[in-house]
Amino acid sequence: MSSEQQTSLQEKQFMHKIKAEEKIEPKDWMPEKYRKNLIRQISQHAHSEVIGMQPEGNFLTRAPSLRRKAILLSKIQDEAGHGLYLYSAAETLGISRDEMIEALQSGRAKYASIFNYPALTWADMGAIGWLVDGAAIVNQVSLQRTSYGPYARGMIRICKEESFHQRQGYDIMLTLVNGSPEQKAMAQDSLNRFYWPALMMFGPHDSESAHSAKSMEWKIKRETNDDLRQKFIDQTASQIEFLGLEHPDKELKWNEERGHYDSGEIDWDEFHNVIAGNGHCNRQRLEHHIKAHEEGAWVREALVAYNAKKQAKQTEAA
Amino acid sequence: MQDNALELFEVFIRSKRGLDHKHVGSLHSEDHEQALEYARDVYTRRSEGVSIWVVRSADICASQEDDAEDFFDPNDDKPYRHATYYTLPDAVNNM
Repeated sequence: MSSEQQTSLQEKQFMHKIKAEEKIEPKDWMPEKYRKNLIRQISQHAHSEVIGMQPEGNFLTRAPSLRRKAILLSKIQDEAGHGLYLYSAAETLGISRDEMIEALQSGRAKYASIFNYPALTWADMGAIGWLVDGAAIVNQVSLQRTSYGPYARGMIRICKEESFHQRQGYDIMLTLVNGSPEQKAMAQDSLNRFYWPALMMFGPHDSESAHSAKSMEWKIKRETNDDLRQKFIDQTASQIEFLGLEHPDKELKWNEERGHYDSGEIDWDEFHNVIAGNGHCNRQRLEHHIKAHEEGAWVREALVAYNAKKQAKQTEAA
Repeated sequence: MQDNALELFEVFIRSKRGLDHKHVGSLHSEDHEQALEYARDVYTRRSEGVSIWVVRSADICASQEDDAEDFFDPNDDKPYRHATYYTLPDAVNNM
């Protein structure tokens, strides 16, 4: 059998597994593009978890009570953990942690654009948990059925841990809307600023999405950007209503026939602009990541030095 | 008496693609390759698995049950890490 014939046979077997809803595991043969596509998506997901700690970390010393501070700290810890799960899942595809971090810091790899928006007030901690984590959860619940085993298992773990993130965010919003008029206004302002960027988290329309078709065929993605976005729009509408806040989308209207809300169009220029690096915080986020990484270099060096010393001692003793 | 016991290996089996490898037991073997074959013969006679991992038992570093209290304690007093800690009104409670 020629190597070409062999590849086409392997590809056939691979597609057979995908169609039969079987998971692909690290040591299985997979098309190079499937591997690359996964590395791109999983590492981007990991970077988002890690960069996502910054807007919230900024509010740790300004939390209004010890209780809120402990909760926020816990949530941020979770994000770090989720970053780790995802980096590890990506590493099973044959890329190193260093390569991924280099790709992030040099701007070759992306992270969720939402984190390029500034967190200005305490209400933003509410809106981020409720809307940003809420949107992420809609996406991640769907990804629990992704075709790559380690990614799917990571998603299951993450979804389980993350359910509190959204609830603590909504809890902050509830407290604010039941507070003073100023607090309620703060909640409204935060909703207004985060609603549209949260919708953008689902990515471009299906017709515009560069990676979607192949990702759906390979079952890396299980639902399209627009379908997931619709789910989020539908579930969020009643949550906004319950808070007694004004919906930021003036065109939002229940469509009886579709059984879904119709909604206004997203400002796609803003979306592309932020992805291109021109959001409020793009530079700040990366600079901070690089700074933290460089300032932490001595820890990594110390670990290696300690390890070398320990091994030398063991050799000596032997 | 000469000690002829072979090294101990721990066996992990993935019962179905997509699931985690799960610890099923251990066996003695002279090396990794043999351990894999023994594990196949001992633990998967009824198609219990699609993939096997074997790990030298001596290479496993485990936490101590006796120290469990001190070891895990810092995480026990953080009920706010659980979704159920936040009581939301019924209208939005499916979050």
